[in-house]
Amino acid sequence: MLPSDLKPEQFRGYPPEAKKLVTRHLQALQQLPMSFLPNLLREVIDYDFKFPAERAATEKELVALSSLSPEQRSQWFHSFSAIEVSSKLDQLDWVSMPGQFVEQLSAYLWTTHQLDAFRKAALEYADRLHQVVPPEAPPIPRLGIAIIGEGVDVPAEPLFRNLRPHGAYFSRVKPDNGLDQLLKAVAARADAHPLPYGHWYIDGGAASDHDPLLTCVSYQDLEPMRSALLRKIRTEIAKPGMGPEQLRTFLAQLRPADLGLRESEGTALDRFQVKILTEGSGTQIFSTTFAQWAAREALRRAQPLTLLVRFAPRQRQKPMNELLSGDHSEAELDPAGSLIDADMGAYYNWINQQRLPGAEQSSFLAWFENHSEALVIAPSMPRGTESTTVADLHELLSWMS
Amino acid sequence: MSIPSSGRNGEGRNRLADSPSPRELAHRLSCSRREFLRTAAGVALGGTLLGANRFARAAETAKKRKVIVVTFGGGARDQETFAPQGQENIPHLMRELIPQASFFTQVVNQGILGHYVATASLATGVYETINNFAAIPPEHPTVFEYFRKDLKRPPSDAWVVAPSNGFNRIGESDSRSFGPGTGARVILPKHLLTAALSGAKTDYDHLLRDNYETPLYTPELAGSEFELQQLEMILKLSVDDFKAHAKTLSSPDELSMYITHQLMRQVAPSLLWITLHDIDVAHAGAYSLYVEGIRRTDRLCGELWKMIQSEPEYAGNTTLFILPDFGRDSDQDSGGNGFQHHRTGDALSRTTWMLVLGAGVREGVVFDRRMESTDLVPTLGGILGFSPSLAQGRPIPELV
Repeated sequence: MLPSDLKPEQFRGYPPEAKKLVTRHLQALQQLPMSFLPNLLREVIDYDFKFPAERAATEKELVALSSLSPEQRSQWFHSFSAIEVSSKLDQLDWVSMPGQFVEQLSAYLWTTHQLDAFRKAALEYADRLHQVVPPEAPPIPRLGIAIIGEGVDVPAEPLFRNLRPHGAYFSRVKPDNGLDQLLKAVAARADAHPLPYGHWYIDGGAASDHDPLLTCVSYQDLEPMRSALLRKIRTEIAKPGMGPEQLRTFLAQLRPADLGLRESEGTALDRFQVKILTEGSGTQIFSTTFAQWAAREALRRAQPLTLLVRFAPRQRQKPMNELLSGDHSEAELDPAGSLIDADMGAYYNWINQQRLPGAEQSSFLAWFENHSEALVIAPSMPRGTESTTVADLHELLSWMS
Repeated sequence: MSIPSSGRNGEGRNRLADSPSPRELAHRLSCSRREFLRTAAGVALGGTLLGANRFARAAETAKKRKVIVVTFGGGARDQETFAPQGQENIPHLMRELIPQASFFTQVVNQGILGHYVATASLATGVYETINNFAAIPPEHPTVFEYFRKDLKRPPSDAWVVAPSNGFNRIGESDSRSFGPGTGARVILPKHLLTAALSGAKTDYDHLLRDNYETPLYTPELAGSEFELQQLEMILKLSVDDFKAHAKTLSSPDELSMYITHQLMRQVAPSLLWITLHDIDVAHAGAYSLYVEGIRRTDRLCGELWKMIQSEPEYAGNTTLFILPDFGRDSDQDSGGNGFQHHRTGDALSRTTWMLVLGAGVREGVVFDRRMESTDLVPTLGGILGFSPSLAQGRPIPELV
């Protein structure tokens, strides 16, 4: 089936809000090339379970597509139209299962050496879309916080090496009640600027006491879901004919109820957590990977005003079969390796924050937990500098604003 | 494999840089490697010397020429290797090997960035399109088949040491012109160990890790009578000795290197291909484990070069090729997640390097020009004297 053949009834399996949205813009969707449309539908089909920022972006994108003249549409999509899609792929039910289609399209593009052309087309499209729908600046400058190094007394290597060129390094920070100070600062922002899914706290271990205004995700809270997932993975792997790609497809189809949540569909946050575990690589077994990937996805999808991420020690590396066994009762931890993971994770958090609108005004704080080292990036802070000023974290935050 | 971001939700363009084109990025990458090598390792730029000092070849001996190829399944990026901040991770490559080597700064892989299919492409000189996750042979003739057929070499003269599952079919293609029995013998060290242990794996689990592009998929390793025969008949190792030595090792790649050394001593093949895989632990997202893999791989490459010098069959007549199968994603590409994967198809994930040293190779020279992964097989053909008629690449003139 081709996009031009699309009819409203083909979307009957879509959740209600997604169905309304797609029906409203059906005429525009019918004009889109085959190499593009299923990618868009992959986003639209999850519309009901998306965060407000994602919903707004999807709506604006569809409005923009609907408003294109035939000439403009031709300009926007000529690169996508030049990408050949095999008739075998056309025959898949890409309307009902756009995610699976995109997986197969991806393999097809690699095999036919069209991936670079697709990549170029995607970047051109993004540029055009941004010109028509410029990203909205956040109501207040964003703040990112990364807490790293729990359980380590002395790091083996200098910390924050990737971040230092972009900010000021403080070597005499007063660490007392540091976590508490940071959580209170984040809560104060949430209280002053309430926004659904606007202020997040992600913990790679057990979440500390925090204000209920914060959207909280923690590795420990998801332990039952992780165990359920690992059991399912073990069962699937044992089936004849199962391979990595089949496993990936299986994981992509899991819903909150499959992993023990009561509501079959779940909230946007439930879905987010399931996706962190089913789409992330290593998030199920390493808490540092979990924290980094959850932060990346929270920034990309929810575009929060505030994000505090606390990395905790991960279990020591073992053969994958043992890691998958789900037996965490006596998991040996690797604090030193986890600090290195988290230091890189903090850098990635900052990079991902800077991809969002308002990057010029945003600020970022990385702190070596319970120690005197911190790194601050803010418009007001000189780059690539070091300070021996004695200050607590509350003061550092006040200097950033 | 995953599809790159199509730029929705404001993620399509990186705001940290001015989004240079893939070609510009590849060029910058090449320049940074060259500048670093020139200043830190004291090597010369090949282009300026080519006319004046054409091939200061090592003294050719009367012994049969041998070639060893080492590929890394799991590319390593510049910032963890040749860039200033990465130097500490590769002391053996930097201080011991590069001063003796010709270094090619820009090796581009235009094919599918999956480890099995990319390694198969390196071995055939054609960008293979086989399923990366299936145990199937390459579609085109392998370097081992060309080598054995053209030079009339016995099966024992071409060997592959590979990281278990998936790579067990890489020794020969399903090409009609060549076919079963004409390629390399493949040895899978983890299968050997599994067979030797007869199910009692407790003390050896750390050697049986499989790092996959989908790290959660971990099929059971197989080991059978065939592997035990390889152990005793070919490698001349008793099960007890093998188990005792394996206990002293810390990773699958160390096990592979131990088996490689045994092969060199007992069989001394003229064409030996080793695929290392520890670096690919990066897919689990733990940066410390990725860097640890790079450091281990660097050390093993240094040890291999010493083995070559110490084995009479190899010393003085062996050319060693070391190259990752491809790179890994850039930190700046919003479609990826930095070092963790190689899914974006961006310039950094496609661009890597190659280090060549030993017999017939100029020492301490850097070559900047772009070459492709598929150039390896024609180059090996030029060195060893066979004709890879179906390979797509071209011989590297600086080496043949």
